[in-house]
Amino acid sequence: MSRDYDVAVVGGGLLGSAIAWGLGRLGKSVAVLDEGDITKRASRANFALIWVQSKGLGMPAYTVWTVRASEAWGRLASELKQQTGLDVSLQQNGGFHLALGEDEFGQRADFVKRMHNQVGAADYKMEMLPASEVKKALPLIGPEVSGGSYCPLDGHVNSLRTFRAFHTGFKAFGIDYFPERPVSAISKSGGEFRLTTPKGELRAAKVVLAAGNANQTLAPMVGLHAPMGPTRGQIVVTERTMPFLPHPLTTLRQTDEGTVMIGDSMEDELDDRALKLSISGVMADRAQRMFPHLARLNLVRSWAGIRVMPQDGFPIYDQSETHPGAFVACCHSGVTLASNHAFEVARMVAQGALEPELVGAFSASRFGGAGAANNSGY
Amino acid sequence: MFRRSEQDKRPQVEIFVDGVAVAARQGDTVSAALLASGRDARRSTAVSGAPRLPYCMMGVCFDCLVTIDGVGNRQGCLVPVAEGMQIEIQKGKREIGK
Amino acid sequence: MTVAPKREAYDVVVIGAGPAGLAAAATSAEAGLSTLLLDENIGPGGQVFRAIASTPVTERNQLGADYWVGADLVRTLRASNAEIIQRATVWSLDRNLEIAVSIGGASAFARAQRVILATGALERPFPIPGWTLPGVMTAGAAQTMLKSSALVPDGRTVIAGQGPLLWLLAAQILRLGGRIDRILDTTERGNYFAALPHAFAFLTSPYFVKGLSMMREVRAKVRVVSGVTELAAAGDGQLASVSYVAGGKRETIPADLLLLHQGVVPNVNLAMAAGVEHRWDDLQLCWSPVLDASGNSSVAGIAIAGDGAGIGGATAAVVRGRIAARAAVEALAPAAAAKLAPMAQLRAELAKTERGRMFLDTLFRPAPQFRIPAGDTIVCRCEEVTAKDILDAVAIGATGPNQLKAYRRTGMGPCQGRLCGLTVTELMAQARGKTPQEIGYYRLRAPVKPITLAELAAVPKSEADVKAVVRG
Repeated sequence: MSRDYDVAVVGGGLLGSAIAWGLGRLGKSVAVLDEGDITKRASRANFALIWVQSKGLGMPAYTVWTVRASEAWGRLASELKQQTGLDVSLQQNGGFHLALGEDEFGQRADFVKRMHNQVGAADYKMEMLPASEVKKALPLIGPEVSGGSYCPLDGHVNSLRTFRAFHTGFKAFGIDYFPERPVSAISKSGGEFRLTTPKGELRAAKVVLAAGNANQTLAPMVGLHAPMGPTRGQIVVTERTMPFLPHPLTTLRQTDEGTVMIGDSMEDELDDRALKLSISGVMADRAQRMFPHLARLNLVRSWAGIRVMPQDGFPIYDQSETHPGAFVACCHSGVTLASNHAFEVARMVAQGALEPELVGAFSASRFGGAGAANNSGY
Repeated sequence: MFRRSEQDKRPQVEIFVDGVAVAARQGDTVSAALLASGRDARRSTAVSGAPRLPYCMMGVCFDCLVTIDGVGNRQGCLVPVAEGMQIEIQKGKREIGK
Repeated sequence: MTVAPKREAYDVVVIGAGPAGLAAAATSAEAGLSTLLLDENIGPGGQVFRAIASTPVTERNQLGADYWVGADLVRTLRASNAEIIQRATVWSLDRNLEIAVSIGGASAFARAQRVILATGALERPFPIPGWTLPGVMTAGAAQTMLKSSALVPDGRTVIAGQGPLLWLLAAQILRLGGRIDRILDTTERGNYFAALPHAFAFLTSPYFVKGLSMMREVRAKVRVVSGVTELAAAGDGQLASVSYVAGGKRETIPADLLLLHQGVVPNVNLAMAAGVEHRWDDLQLCWSPVLDASGNSSVAGIAIAGDGAGIGGATAAVVRGRIAARAAVEALAPAAAAKLAPMAQLRAELAKTERGRMFLDTLFRPAPQFRIPAGDTIVCRCEEVTAKDILDAVAIGATGPNQLKAYRRTGMGPCQGRLCGLTVTELMAQARGKTPQEIGYYRLRAPVKPITLAELAAVPKSEADVKAVVRG
């Protein structure tokens, strides 16, 4: 690991991989430093939505950024397919958030209205639909479904295959992927960054911190700030089933493989080895009320994952003022925003400057000293 | 593939496999009854559609998955036969509601 | 028959009604502890005493005296106050000793002060080319059918592999009038020398005489090919032939049924999901739980007895069951422990039953080519992932089984790694030049067996649980 790189990306999850892949695509020499088999990885615990609705209340710029990502996903999927032969099963035909009972419907309607009234936000084309309308798109909904919100920009993807496609693409782009090399220190000297790992030092002209919640610890090493507020989420998944669900939902989707994923919960607990069965029970109960046919389907697995979550729920993209060439990137929505990371963020890192009109709103300077309340909509 | 030893004096139980009556014995598991029946009991997998028969017969391999009385993906090696039981050989993925 | 547990809480819950579980539950109940025994099968006995209370095989000598030992264990247990539920699949056990069990399609929940896991063993994966073909089964599968339904192989039958169970099965099949065309012995020649230092202990163990006479009985009737170094099953949608190499010579024989066996390994899923620490056993080539002398695991209140604690065989399993139960009694009702056999006596018995184990483990240590496949051979039967797929994933960065899942879905099907986990660990260890311990294993979580969505939905829930899911 003595050779120099244009860019060292710290973190080999979906976010780091997307940026690294994007840099490789621009002909940069890139090293990706990652942890090992047992580490907290949102990349393999996520729900795989490419999700637009409900994001960005309190930060209009995030709505614009999200729509941009949603629109660029088709290009990302086709480039990955062309390069690696892997079909990431992108589906963007609109998604639902279903409400059970009238109270939930009313709350959701209020939320949609507030999103809609936000000045400077992108038009999500989100609408509230009564159960009778929802039923036209999702014929198997149960009698307790009171309706829901629909956004035509929503979609989902096979996120594990996307992850694999990025890593397969690394080979083609000549990107060096170094697992089992957690970074313990970063310093800058002689115009380059030196990253300390248990297996030696790595040098690069630029560094991108893409280590999820660990960015909070890494960022100060290069004069950056990444206040994080991770939470735990649980997901359960069923056996493979014949296709029955033509659209993804916020909490339920059928994968291209046929399994049905059911999410999700949010707790402050940060042990991803443990699960709270009673919480999975609530998720299962809601799922079978939304789709009574699911009741007899077998659940095969469940897991907990730790969300990568900036303290206010919105992404952070920054370049260090004290250590130019050091960037930080973290966000909750590593799947949704993968296209932006691969195309836009990679481009801006390559050129050495973040463009304020694209990502200026996401500077961590917004936090000032203390973290703000979470308005992410999760 | 398998045949019954003559010392087996257990009472007969009639089950139906894809609608056809099959003689099983009391205490047989569904998978054992299928393997003893001489019928083609191969399921096909949910992943590639490859044909499979039971492999472990002790509840761990899930290659004995079968539809029993209208419920799909049941482990045939763990379920005892019952008079009139309706068995369907499962082809590919289970259907929702089944 | 589909009765939920009578109480919400028990002193001791034993999971698995094989030799260890039967003995543990009887011991615990005999000492007056409230005891629940949960077992997945139709009747008690586990694998070794399968169908002990219902087998249609009436000619007792055909199954052998060792089998009928199980009848006494069941009798003792049934005479006790232990509550026994069959067809009860435990799908969750956590650090608080809360148990979720699926019975007759519905789930029930119980708490225990002590849990004794007696979930036994399963046959080691035998990933040869064609092992997923219809007509290829484990030897244990054939034995299960033989014991519980008096079924014997009828068509052209080949048995391949190694280990004591293989010879026992062959003898039982022949005694019941079944057909065996050939036995392919895959024991590595070098193992005979490696096992030699342990031979004395084995010669003085009860296994020796029994094993020898059984092999003689089988060899008299079936052609046995030893020194088999390669093995493959072939056929178009159904087994048609078995080909093998022995002494450098390849032969292909037509076959309708191929029964594979290369020993048994602990069934770790429930213990691992409960958070019990396991370590790689370099001799037995499997994961074994880290236990103290009484079978207590790294999780307070959970003990493991029987082959799930490391392979020791049925006789050892019975003693380990009694030891674990005695330890539970000592902790929960010390006064009652006086009626039980003293711990020192049990430990001495255990030591006796373990004589010869080193010899067997060394002699029947499966050869690498039968544990670590290559090329298009399927490793993960559920998700249909090949050895080459796994090596490709390693080449792009997969470091262990959990990252491999992300790349290839291995272990993500209904069997939850039971049929691929060991292979994946060893294959990755070899590819990466690491030890299996360094590579690790799948991170397992409840449900350890599939349950319906409705069953999960029935878990008792609090207001806080709802709030963690329903958020604005």
